[in-house]
Amino acid sequence: MPGPVWLATTVTGKVEETPRVRTLLLNAEGWPGHRAGQHLDVRLTAEDGYQAERSYSVASAQGEPLAITVERLADGEVSPYLVDEAREGDGFEVRGPIGGYFVWEDDGRPVFLVGGGSGVVPLMSMIRSSSGPTPIRLLYSSRTLEDVIFREELEARRGGLKVFHTLTRAQPPGWTGYGRRIDAELLREVAFPAAERPHVFVCGSTRFVDTAADGLVALGYEPESIRTERFGATGG
Amino acid sequence: MPLISRGFRGRRSEGPPDRIPPGQHLVDDFPVLSAGPTPHTPLEQWTFRIEGGAEPVSWTWEEFTALPSEEVTADIHCVTKWSKLDTVWRGVSLDTLLGRVQHDASYLTAFCDGGYTTNLPLEHVTDDKAWVAYDYDGEPLESEHGGPARLLVPHLYFWKSAKWVRGLRLEDENEPGFWESNGYHILGDPWLEQRYWGD
Repeated sequence: MPGPVWLATTVTGKVEETPRVRTLLLNAEGWPGHRAGQHLDVRLTAEDGYQAERSYSVASAQGEPLAITVERLADGEVSPYLVDEAREGDGFEVRGPIGGYFVWEDDGRPVFLVGGGSGVVPLMSMIRSSSGPTPIRLLYSSRTLEDVIFREELEARRGGLKVFHTLTRAQPPGWTGYGRRIDAELLREVAFPAAERPHVFVCGSTRFVDTAADGLVALGYEPESIRTERFGATGG
Repeated sequence: MPLISRGFRGRRSEGPPDRIPPGQHLVDDFPVLSAGPTPHTPLEQWTFRIEGGAEPVSWTWEEFTALPSEEVTADIHCVTKWSKLDTVWRGVSLDTLLGRVQHDASYLTAFCDGGYTTNLPLEHVTDDKAWVAYDYDGEPLESEHGGPARLLVPHLYFWKSAKWVRGLRLEDENEPGFWESNGYHILGDPWLEQRYWGD
């Protein structure tokens, strides 16, 4: 079975999610489809042939047209191009989908999603791929309200989905959500009881992931049930 | 001819190009990536085993750190595309460890706390190519980077340098380990850009 090959890709649309974050709608010739939680590699080529590659999580639901959601990193090489420069009609290459571990298949078990900043992107693919009665909870940490990606869509998705926001740097007047970095106490209030054996997916910076994963293990979650994706220096 | 991305100039790396494999870029920090929570095995309970030889062999932490060790300076390359040059480690060579076992295996699987595994052909871990490392940059290896001890196989993508390693299982077949079973290449040579299955 051949591996994923580089596909010619065109930007077909762009959405401003927050001041630093854009969603790029893509048409990749021959894209084989993806499962919720997978990512892809982007390769940019400059006129003199110089190339740069980075990985980005797929934001769209399984079965839906390809979209990635990218945060501009201050010292990034590829993300500033995708966020600030790339426009409809521009082209680059992608290959994927990649990854068989940080993937969710609905088997009816409850799902606990924990995201920090742009770590919410693969979790959003999972949320968008869900239908039916499976209970899903999202614990989503952002710096301020204006940094919350997909805010309106999350608001509109009440139903099987419960969203718990925490804003770690500043909260607007009248804010009723959490207002601090996640900790063991916050997890205890928000997580499914361990006995319900939920699937758990945690995504964000490595420090965020460690805090969340260690906190859940302390609540009695089996370590093997906690799937993690850490954003090292992979985005950028 | 790959598609040119209009307006992309890129940031040309300051590193020596002959040391940076295709698709990689240099970083100054040391990113942490792993599957699952960080395990924490107390040293009093830690052992390192080699199974699948004529007889199983095992060392406690005290016995293991008393083995002949060496300082290793190596460039490391993660499949997530970052590279770090001239990293300095201390550890026990797999030549030393495998020299204590009688066997005729062609492959091994490294097994780790937390359940991680990775597979390697013997010829890729012998003759000064692989170590079990317990110091990084002059200090005991931190748990987020795989401490107390991890495999170090710098000529392959760093997922082969299994964190929290607890032993080796000698085998006749090349059995795909954790990432190898999840879409990644069975060998992982960064100079051939063997990232994913089928590359």
